[in-house]
Amino acid sequence: MRHLLKTSTLSGALLGLSMSTALAVDLEFYFPVAVGGDAAATIQAMTEEYMSANPDVNINAIYTGSYADTTTRAITAARGGNPPHLAILSAVDVFMLIDEDLIETWDQHLSEEELKNWVGGFYDAFRANTHKEGKTWGIPFQRSTPVMYYNKDAFKEAGLDPESPPATWEELVEMGKKLTVRDDSGNATQWGIRIPSSGFPYWPFQALAIANGAELMNEAGTEVYFDQPAVVEALEFFVDLSKEHEIMAPGIVDWGATPKAFLDGETAMAITTTGNLTNIRTNATFDLGVAMLPKNKQYGVATGGGDFFLFKGHGEEETRAAIDFVKWATAPEQAAAWSIATGYVAPRPDIWETEKMKAYVEEAPGALVARNQLEHAVAEFSVYENARVRQILNDAIAAAIVGDKTPEQALSDAQSEADEVLKIYRQ
Amino acid sequence: MTTTALAQDRSSSVSLSSRLETDRILFVVGAWALALVWLLPLLYAVWTAVHPSAYETRFDLLAPLTLDNFVQAWNAAPFARYFLNTILLVTMILVAQLVLCTLAGFAFARLEFPGKNFLFTLVLLQLLVMPDILIVRNYATMSALGLVDTILAIGLPYFASGFAIFLLRQTFKTIPKELDEAARIEGCSLLGLMWRVYVPLAKPTMLAFGLVSVSHHWNNFIWPLIITSSAETRPLTVGLSIFATTDSGVQWSIINAATLITSGPLLIGFLLFQRQFVQSFMRAGIK
Amino acid sequence: MIKREWIHAWLLLAPALLLLFAFTHLPAVQTVFDSFWSTPRGRRPAVFVGLDNYQRMLADPIFIKAMVNNAIYALITIPASIALALSMALFVSGKIRGRGTLRMAYFTPTVLPLIAVANIWLFFYLPGFGLFDQIRGLFGFGPINWVGQPTTALYAITAVTIWNQAGFFMIFFLAALQTIPESLREAAALEGASRWTIFWRITWPLIMPTTLFVSVNATINAFRMVDHVFIMTQGGPNNASILLLYYIYDQGFRFWDTAYAATLTVVMVAILCVVGIGQFFLLDRRVHYR
Repeated sequence: MRHLLKTSTLSGALLGLSMSTALAVDLEFYFPVAVGGDAAATIQAMTEEYMSANPDVNINAIYTGSYADTTTRAITAARGGNPPHLAILSAVDVFMLIDEDLIETWDQHLSEEELKNWVGGFYDAFRANTHKEGKTWGIPFQRSTPVMYYNKDAFKEAGLDPESPPATWEELVEMGKKLTVRDDSGNATQWGIRIPSSGFPYWPFQALAIANGAELMNEAGTEVYFDQPAVVEALEFFVDLSKEHEIMAPGIVDWGATPKAFLDGETAMAITTTGNLTNIRTNATFDLGVAMLPKNKQYGVATGGGDFFLFKGHGEEETRAAIDFVKWATAPEQAAAWSIATGYVAPRPDIWETEKMKAYVEEAPGALVARNQLEHAVAEFSVYENARVRQILNDAIAAAIVGDKTPEQALSDAQSEADEVLKIYRQ
Repeated sequence: MTTTALAQDRSSSVSLSSRLETDRILFVVGAWALALVWLLPLLYAVWTAVHPSAYETRFDLLAPLTLDNFVQAWNAAPFARYFLNTILLVTMILVAQLVLCTLAGFAFARLEFPGKNFLFTLVLLQLLVMPDILIVRNYATMSALGLVDTILAIGLPYFASGFAIFLLRQTFKTIPKELDEAARIEGCSLLGLMWRVYVPLAKPTMLAFGLVSVSHHWNNFIWPLIITSSAETRPLTVGLSIFATTDSGVQWSIINAATLITSGPLLIGFLLFQRQFVQSFMRAGIK
Repeated sequence: MIKREWIHAWLLLAPALLLLFAFTHLPAVQTVFDSFWSTPRGRRPAVFVGLDNYQRMLADPIFIKAMVNNAIYALITIPASIALALSMALFVSGKIRGRGTLRMAYFTPTVLPLIAVANIWLFFYLPGFGLFDQIRGLFGFGPINWVGQPTTALYAITAVTIWNQAGFFMIFFLAALQTIPESLREAAALEGASRWTIFWRITWPLIMPTTLFVSVNATINAFRMVDHVFIMTQGGPNNASILLLYYIYDQGFRFWDTAYAATLTVVMVAILCVVGIGQFFLLDRRVHYR
């Protein structure tokens, strides 16, 4: 299959070559960076490499800041009649991009063979977010999932087996209690677990909800299920980690400080993105463990991150050149290098078969956890008016955590607010 | 009677001087305590920036020193470009403000014309309703003009500064009319008069305003955040915020190194101009 | 009859006023118009909705929360910044050892970008291993989640604002204090008047115009300074630290609901006009700028 892919890329490139006569194709490509500094340089280097191999294509790769900035920039440029050809945007923005009529499906430009072997070759969990109404709107690229990092030394000190991290919610609470260390005046010097709740609490929360057998939204992005009992239970569990079981710091737990808190031994376990793997692995002064998130009714996480989107308003030739670039960028060799450099989860099984990736897995077994977890992963929370509905959910989670509302109350309020926003999309 | 009065007198003078002494000590202690609190964030920034990241939360005097954080920060984002953008931006804004507002301030200070009070009120209104809060509409205007994501668009709303017009008008008003008339008799044109008499005398005001303007626009954030979307136009603040808010967690040592890099020029500038700055404010009559 | 002087005046004013109108007055008026229309989306153009946006606003608990928070924010930052700025100015206006260092210490926050120092403050406020909790820990106090609990988040933000702007206002007071003749204070001191008496009887009345000027600035800042909210709390937890301008940004540039953002802006402009004009009248009565 790998061989087949290569030939198809090659033939695609040849096709592009034969179609573009003397004139080179100019492509504009916006990309965000959400994981520290090296990613931007890596993408730039990738486009350089592609251009030197394909002199008839000129790619202007523009680093556009955060995901939000990139979306804004792409929308503005498209409204101003100057859309980019390609952009990596947050996969959850798909409904907004469809609603604003800015992107087109990949399917209409791809051959049967490409659809089957290329598009079909990505993990379903990663495709789920941008595969709507049977059409492909985005190609997974910089994708991640949350994983559980744990401190093996702390496990040993607490008399726990460092090789068997908690696999269920019950074990999480049980072990969390043993891992929570308090000083003489009763103040915690080490917490059992840290699940961040600032910024985008919906993401770690969605993992809990899935583990509890719940879904937060429908595939069409027009319904949310915030007030379902399984979702309420998940939020109750989240709240009880600090309120009832006292194994997590009370109040809102900062997202950005989570790696630091874990590295400093302020917490024995922490749930955060695979994007932190490189940082944590290099800076940990203790024996590091990485595990799947514990299950309740089932294992489960939500994916996260960005996809390649194809913008409307360009000629077939340019669009084809853009597609060829994306095919190249997601081909095993390139994607493996990208994944290793950034910590993003390689989005296709064939990438994990490369020598590079195998060597990396030897060195950083945590990467494998993320891959194995994909089997249980579902689409990240995404509906129409996503930013607004997500904020409603974020506020509800925060309200429950800080005790402004009971989980049940918070989620039922959020449900009616979200219904109000989404009702115009249900006709 | 006299002796008691004397004794009383002495004791009260003793208590007075000791009271003054305590007063003095409290005053000095207060001043330094406040200064310490005010400097704390900067001191912390320096601490983390020159130590490895493991010492971000541990304050060990023997911690090893390093310049690595500065190197990493500098390489992690196009700070050189951001610097250039910021310098272009603040220079452009300052020049435009000084030119436009001198002209307008002069008209308000020295000329009589219909609608003067009304127009001046409109100018004063901008002191309250700053472009900073009209972001939604101004963004629409900029996209209509095709200026989104340009350095010009970041600066344009601030070119006509109500504050500068007001300040310069106040300053021009304090200039004796005799100077003005003398120059007019010599046959100076209006612009010549402004340039030769008014501008030189308003220099302290301009310096004071200039420093305020530069530091304000050097640090301005929301409007540039909205209106820029590429490294070619982004000023330091926006670059810094993108750099600092990655999903992968805050790395204080590198962010603080970047903070020091980006605010270094202003800090040094202030240290150098500190005396002139305060004196300009005094002479500018901003009081 | 149009005089030459009029034409000169208008010509001199034209460039500045044109820009002023284009980016302040016109948008302010347009914002009012925008607030009567719905937000255009992709294939759905804007329609006239009358007062719908205002109705929605009044029923929006987050808007109410933002208003209350902003009022608290203003009521704390304005007097606190003025008091601190004045104390600083008094500390460094007279003879004191290390005057230059002190001045620098007070003024430094002003030249640091708020967006960057917000990260430093975020560390100070972190529960458990943040600086404040490390210091509190030395005295046996337990950790406090300053920015992560609704009771303290807004105040944590407020403190950063005061810290950031007080030094800037100090400069104005410093300039004002230096215009007060030293002989006045010396004479009072010779008569045994305490520092406190001198301040209330001589200094305070004489610097009144500056105080009012600074208070106008502080008022505007209370609505304008939200940079650190982006880094420290994003308005949370559960909108406990949301401020009006941050909410406008959220609506306008994260949710792309420009019509509702315009409606919120109208409220902001109205508040600023009322507060500001009130202060100007006060200012005008005490000082004659004409």
